[in-house]
Amino acid sequence: MKDIASFESGVLSEVRPGVSRPPKELWRKRKGGLVVVECPQRIPCNPCHTSCPTGAIVKFEDINDVPAVDYAKCTGCALCVAKCPGLACFVIDIACGDGTALMKLPYEMLPLPERGGVVKCLGRTGEVVCDGEVKAVAEPHRDRTMVVHVAVPEDKVGDIRAIRVV
Amino acid sequence: MREIAADVLVVGGGPAGLSAAAEAAAAGAGVVVAEAGLHLGGQLVKQSHKFFGSRDEYAGTRGFEIAKILKDEIARHGDRVQILLGTTVCGYYGDEGVVTAMTGEEEYFRIIPKRMIVASGAQERLIPFPNNDIPGVYGAGAVQTLMNVYGVVPGKRVLMIGAGNIGLIVSYQLLQAGVEVAAILEAAPRVGGYWVHAAKARRLGVPILLRHSIKRALGGEAVTGAEIIELDEKFNQVGAPEEIECDTICLAVGLTPTSELLWQAGCRMKYVPALCGHVPLRDALMRTSNENVWMAGDVSGIEEASAAMIEGRIAGVCAAESLGLKAGAKKLDGFWERLGNLRAGETGEKIRAGVAAVTVAGWEGEAV
Ligand SMILES: Cc1cc2nc3c(=O)[nH]c(=O)nc-3n(C[C@H](O)[C@H](O)[C@H](O)COP(=O)(O)OP(=O)(O)OC[C@H]3O[C@@H](n4cnc5c(N)ncnc54)[C@H](O)[C@@H]3O)c2cc1C
Repeated sequence: MKDIASFESGVLSEVRPGVSRPPKELWRKRKGGLVVVECPQRIPCNPCHTSCPTGAIVKFEDINDVPAVDYAKCTGCALCVAKCPGLACFVIDIACGDGTALMKLPYEMLPLPERGGVVKCLGRTGEVVCDGEVKAVAEPHRDRTMVVHVAVPEDKVGDIRAIRVV
Repeated sequence: MREIAADVLVVGGGPAGLSAAAEAAAAGAGVVVAEAGLHLGGQLVKQSHKFFGSRDEYAGTRGFEIAKILKDEIARHGDRVQILLGTTVCGYYGDEGVVTAMTGEEEYFRIIPKRMIVASGAQERLIPFPNNDIPGVYGAGAVQTLMNVYGVVPGKRVLMIGAGNIGLIVSYQLLQAGVEVAAILEAAPRVGGYWVHAAKARRLGVPILLRHSIKRALGGEAVTGAEIIELDEKFNQVGAPEEIECDTICLAVGLTPTSELLWQAGCRMKYVPALCGHVPLRDALMRTSNENVWMAGDVSGIEEASAAMIEGRIAGVCAAESLGLKAGAKKLDGFWERLGNLRAGETGEKIRAGVAAVTVAGWEGEAV
């Protein structure tokens, strides 16, 4: 099977408009983490902004705009992670400084992971990147989109975008 | 024969029809909603994913929850809205002002509406390929209905044809139901649906093969696999076909408006590829060339529930106003603005062009 992991087929390989990464210095300091957004296409959609309690996901001039983040205001609350219909928001906390990071990832599959359990961390094409330890399982909007907090090696946060419960 | 009178008859109880019924009833009209299916909500009842769009149109809420919100809104109007489930509107006799309908397979009756809003949605397209009639070949709508309405999975391993929003979303829903998705095939050089929907399926390990199509279904009594083939820029098949093992082939290759009633009503129709088929000419009020008939939702061009709900509200307000009721025509500016915003971006380009091709300023000199 000739499966080319191209952008046109839904795989991100570079930063482009609609892809937000926190500034490194602030990221290192901010306990609770900062949001990473991967929404590189103009579509009529804005729940990330309307669910953001601090205005960190900047108000959309036009509902078709791609999201922009004001990192000074982001608290890493992950309400957007749970609200985004495209599951395109991820909160990543690298403030720990010991080589591990905490990722808050959206999860809508079964079975649910258990706190303390080990899950497979998946990359953008579903490849297994590494194992991760589940630190918490939250359901911020009580709407069955879970936000799973997973401890992972810090150098893998750019690759991990999903988990699989094994 | 039984006869029911209505100020406004709404054909179809999907998001467009329910929104239209809510507005017309709010204005004081006596509304009858005829819905062929066994529940209200149309496509919404199958949508377990969170919707796109703006908060005004319940973005971030799961489709079936949106159906509940609309049903609650209708319920607040009490007796003013009569709901006929399992009821298909099948005939329009304009000269006598009569509409005929069937409930189940037994009861055939007449509805005498002063106005009719057709919100009959869309139907799936299929593509021809050898063996496409063996068990295991499904439309995406059928797969969704099986899984999300009846709780039955269609198979163990699915090959999805089409990477528009429907193909991408149904693939994701299959994964949620524990079904494996062997691959998603897309003839175009890029996914047609929203990029984020593709990314969701991708990161759960589903291959998306661009410039690929199905050549034939394999299997005798039921699907055991498929032959797939690569396409060049001109959509010619190139190279040798490849076999993929699967027990289900799911076609998500587009929808086309369910417009029979509008044809019967003599509405002037036009074939508009950007709107996915024959659609009625309309004015800004969603009125057709038949002055008693309005339209809303996918039947007016394949779009989204968000737009369908706003169109429904416009049609509901305007049909009620045409009866001399005060429906709050002031609301219209707000509706048009929301609709304009939804269609403003690149993904709305096709819709904008399509709608422009069938919108008339007024009916003088237009109506046949
Ligand atoms: C997989 C999938 C995902 C989608 N995701 C989104 C999304 O995220 N956001 C979004 O905005 N939209 C989405 N949509 C699109 C949305 O569901 C449709 O655009 C919307 O449902 C159209 O509404 P409607 O009321 O025009 O038609 P429908 O929902 O199709 O309802 C039409 C109703 O009319 C009834 N009917 C038809 N003919 C008759 C007749 N003669 N008599 C009586 N009843 C009749 C049908 O039974 C049906 O219930 C999605 C669609 C699919 C399939």
